[in-house]
Amino acid sequence: MIKSELVDQIAEKNPHLYHRDVERIVNAVLDEIVRAMSEGDRVELRGFGAFSVKSRQARTGRNPRTGSAVEVSAKRVPFFKTGKELRERLNPKA
Amino acid sequence: MAGKTLTRADLSEAVHRQVGLSRTESAELVKSILDRVTDALEAGQSVKLSSFGTFMVRSKGGRVGRNPKTGEEVPITPRRVLVFRPSQVMKNQINGLEGGDED
Repeated sequence: MIKSELVDQIAEKNPHLYHRDVERIVNAVLDEIVRAMSEGDRVELRGFGAFSVKSRQARTGRNPRTGSAVEVSAKRVPFFKTGKELRERLNPKA
Repeated sequence: MAGKTLTRADLSEAVHRQVGLSRTESAELVKSILDRVTDALEAGQSVKLSSFGTFMVRSKGGRVGRNPKTGEEVPITPRRVLVFRPSQVMKNQINGLEGGDED
């Protein structure tokens, strides 16, 4: 599924909303998650999962093609942990 | 770094502010977005949200694990796990960089 399909599905169930508004709603949600993370905040969505940011220290990496050393500066990386309910839905008990 | 935790309520508030829907309806829409994504993942589909990231379901085979405390062997059954791959846009924004390639 891609974003436009997600928008289509939600628009179909909400015939009172303009398609372009549904698009704005989906983008508002996604943008808010990214905005929060860029401030170092966590976003915890019960039943779905939690987005957080982890810090990575600077290190000396290597260009795999040439083998030469390259300095990789410290950076922050996004991290997602699947929520319990979603994990259970992916693995229904037999 | 602030270190706050946002919840569904904060996402609903963002929808309310930016799109102008009522708080109740904004909350319902946030829920329905997460539900649609969950349904797709449950059906084994990947969910690719451009400039955000991709959620993928991976199947893992069974293996023999070990309780690290007791050393006891425990079977781990085959299961499906969810992997999130952030887009370059998200990675850049989190590091205070501009934009990035659409993906």
